[in-house]
Amino acid sequence: MRTKPERQAAWLMVLPVVLVVAFSGVVPLMTVVNYSVQDILDVDTRFFVGFDWYRDALRDVRLHEALWRQLVFSFTALAIELPLGILVARCLPRQGRAASLLLVLCAIPLLVPLNVVGTIWQIFARGDIGMLGAAINGLGIDYNYTREPLHAWMTLVAMDVWHWTSLVVLLGFAGLSSIPPAYYQAADLDGAGRWQVFRHVELPHLRAVLLIAVLLRLMDSLMIYTEPFVLTGGGPGNTTTFLSQHLATIAVGQFDLGPAAAFSVIYFLLILLLCWLFHTLVVAGAERDDA
Amino acid sequence: MAWTLPTALFFSAIALVLLVLGVAQRHWPTVARRGFLPLATTRGDRFFISLLTAALIHLGWLAVTDLPVPGASALALFAGAVIMAKG
Repeated sequence: MRTKPERQAAWLMVLPVVLVVAFSGVVPLMTVVNYSVQDILDVDTRFFVGFDWYRDALRDVRLHEALWRQLVFSFTALAIELPLGILVARCLPRQGRAASLLLVLCAIPLLVPLNVVGTIWQIFARGDIGMLGAAINGLGIDYNYTREPLHAWMTLVAMDVWHWTSLVVLLGFAGLSSIPPAYYQAADLDGAGRWQVFRHVELPHLRAVLLIAVLLRLMDSLMIYTEPFVLTGGGPGNTTTFLSQHLATIAVGQFDLGPAAAFSVIYFLLILLLCWLFHTLVVAGAERDDA
Repeated sequence: MAWTLPTALFFSAIALVLLVLGVAQRHWPTVARRGFLPLATTRGDRFFISLLTAALIHLGWLAVTDLPVPGASALALFAGAVIMAKG
């Protein structure tokens, strides 16, 4: 039975986390909200403008276009990485040296810094000297990601899939490894096929790790900045300019702190909403299945 | 942090509500229940949903109309009250 002193000790133990979250998350967020309602000219000169920056940002056509591109990119990447990651995880041996070796190999892309990933693919996809670009051109396809928007998009998605599918593989492998062999034996006795084993044995056990994988990838892809910046610089034109790059142009390029802060708050709310909706839908689905 | 009176009032109000929810939790612990929302929610969940709804109502209002913002705030307060009571 819990006693009062124990409960107080628990509060003390949580306190460091509360302080870290407050100073790393809440205080910066409050600062951004403060900036978003002011026109800041210099350190000492600023004017309260209410919701004007929000109104401007919400009616900005460039933001609408960047948002649309962002959603298409994020859900395309997710739609490829999730099934591919599960497929690869299912193909990996569950134990032994081969499993360890393959897991390490799978994890390598995750260890590459973001700007290096962009640089690797910038060179790799070049039509003249890059292995991928030259190979595609060698097939008779006029591939040039710096000139053709479709090629730029395909290169960006391929880069993201190369970089992040490993995360789904590792999480999927962890989920699959936790399934007791008795489940497979029971499925075998019942004469279940591969699809039925996946649907009724593996998928329910993978749900928790897949939820983590989906949320991590969704949040990450919605915030993607460095790789597209290095690879395409938002081009050709603005065809691969996503929300974060548009935001950086306003905040750092134009140094419009008020509009950039309003944009940031909208951006934050969008990611929060999408992740919360996704989490709620998956949890509600799990509750329905368990009932 | 470049505070303004409206933002100070806004964050103070949220902090106050969190404090009230904390005190309420100590005296009347919340139990997850089902209302019109498609999931079982605790008092804190419903407050979070209310805040998110209020933010979206304000953004939607600013995106589509030039009417005064207090209209959106009134709508958000009403929505928040409904979610807290029946959600």
